[in-house]
Amino acid sequence: MSNLVKYRIAKSSALKIFTIFLAFVCVVPLIFILLYIIRAGITKINWHFLVNIPKPVGESGGGIANALLGSMIIIGVAALIAIPVGILGGIYLNENKKSRLAYWSRLCVDILQGVPSIVIGIVAYFWLVKPLGGFSALSGSVALAIMMLPIIIRSTEETLKLLPDSLKEAAFALGMPFHRVILKVIVPCGISGILSGVILSVARIAGETAPLLFTAFGNPYISTNITKPMQSLPLLIYNYATSPYNDWLDLAWGASLILLLWVLLLNIITKLTTRRWKVQL
Amino acid sequence: MDAPVEKDMMTRSSEIPMRVINSAKASEVVNTIKRIKRSYRQIRTENVFKKTLVIIGLVMVILVFGILLTLVVESLPSIKALGLKYLWGKTWDPVQDVYGAFPFLLGTLLTSFLALIISIPFSFAVAVFLGEYYPKGWLSDFLKNTVELIAAVPSVIYGFWGLAVLVPIVRSFESKIGVEPVGVGIFSSSLILAVMIIPYAASLGRSMIQMVPSQLKEGAYSLGATRWEVIRSVIFPYTKSGLFAGVLLSLGRALGETMAVTMVIGNTSIIPKSIFAPGNTMASVIANQFTEADKPIYVSALIELGLVLFLVTVIINVIGKKIISRFTNE
Repeated sequence: MSNLVKYRIAKSSALKIFTIFLAFVCVVPLIFILLYIIRAGITKINWHFLVNIPKPVGESGGGIANALLGSMIIIGVAALIAIPVGILGGIYLNENKKSRLAYWSRLCVDILQGVPSIVIGIVAYFWLVKPLGGFSALSGSVALAIMMLPIIIRSTEETLKLLPDSLKEAAFALGMPFHRVILKVIVPCGISGILSGVILSVARIAGETAPLLFTAFGNPYISTNITKPMQSLPLLIYNYATSPYNDWLDLAWGASLILLLWVLLLNIITKLTTRRWKVQL
Repeated sequence: MDAPVEKDMMTRSSEIPMRVINSAKASEVVNTIKRIKRSYRQIRTENVFKKTLVIIGLVMVILVFGILLTLVVESLPSIKALGLKYLWGKTWDPVQDVYGAFPFLLGTLLTSFLALIISIPFSFAVAVFLGEYYPKGWLSDFLKNTVELIAAVPSVIYGFWGLAVLVPIVRSFESKIGVEPVGVGIFSSSLILAVMIIPYAASLGRSMIQMVPSQLKEGAYSLGATRWEVIRSVIFPYTKSGLFAGVLLSLGRALGETMAVTMVIGNTSIIPKSIFAPGNTMASVIANQFTEADKPIYVSALIELGLVLFLVTVIINVIGKKIISRFTNE
């Protein structure tokens, strides 16, 4: 074998090893972060931590009950707004592939997916906070719902695209009206794909802080009134992580671990449901 | 068109039973009429449903234009008062009513491009590994899922970790190389951002590389090319535009990323002197100062930043998506 061929083969394997090395270096920071958060957070979490509200500066202890409850309410309301609109939007895009409105609508969904979350926060501030005269959980929910929409629409559209046309044609041939074909045949057939899109969208927004800064604002007490400011997990982490008090930092570490576990859990559920559906999300 | 026919049906339905009353066929006729009425009701529901779908489609368009309109209207006072000077003004001093966005534009560009340069080798390595070297198997499953998890971790957690772990490391690194050891700043934000944007270019690059037709690769192998030569002279040229789109989408992410950057960039409104100096990005300024802004012009200047951010990310994303859809349709 000539030297040149040897050199080429050696270069090829050297670059292969280098690529593999680089690819696995990516994993290192994530593992670092996960381990660090788990180590810092695990000692802070106990029953007391989950059912109490934060103590004022200087007193140790306290919990994050207000943030947990607030997060659930804000995300729940956001999901109530985004799920029906998102699924119907996905159906619309799948049923009208050629029309001009569908083209613009698809483009706008793409744009919406790329809009920075802080911009959505500003817009929600002017749409809801200013007219209603104060920060409210509802405005936070609307901001998060706007962020959920593109993900739900996209995954619904992609799932429905995979269903065979014969399914729809068979239903029409039986004389079913359009809405029944969609709601009783098409959507139930694709329900697991649609659901995984919904779960993924919840996972994406569960950790969003920027849109809540000017909308839900935060609240040191337990609140269930969606027209008033409300605390949420990411907001609590942001506020306490940047504070100089050790007690508050401890709270933030515990809250980080809980947020992380919750987001990872949602992602794993999505993974398991999309495995059966070869949907690209 | 439906309405008169339907009305006709209804009047007839009230007449018919009277005429055929007591007849043996009465119940059958009534049933037929009921069925016809039901199908008219269904046609009506069908129309309502179709209209709802169109309205939802419209809502998407209205939403995006509403966002644009709101940003433009709310930033009008600042656009009118400051004009184009706003973009090139070098000082940002709300107390003196001087608003120049240049430090933030520079901060945004510096952090984003630095992050992009750091992350590209890694995300391309992941793309090549998953797309070409090991498309299947537990190892590639592991890498694929882990890289996707990077995108799943909330940005506020990256910021917190950066503040607690990365900033001290950067600080000691800075004191070693002889710059002012601040820790927080452009460099720390870029590092965090680089980690956060790896998955976007990587997952897009992977699917693009997997789409390279095997005849092309086999042709190159049959001419005696090594694995690397195939990657460099067949796969990269073929997927060039797709890889570029992935980089664009990563850039879009980096430009708009708020929380992680806000927490580690240091928040000073002066022009950063080096990449180790603290600074501010457009998103972090908004996050920090929006609730404090007390004067209308101050608020409006901040929203103009949001408008610039919105326009830039929209343009980047639309170009990226167009490239992808052209690539996948070919």
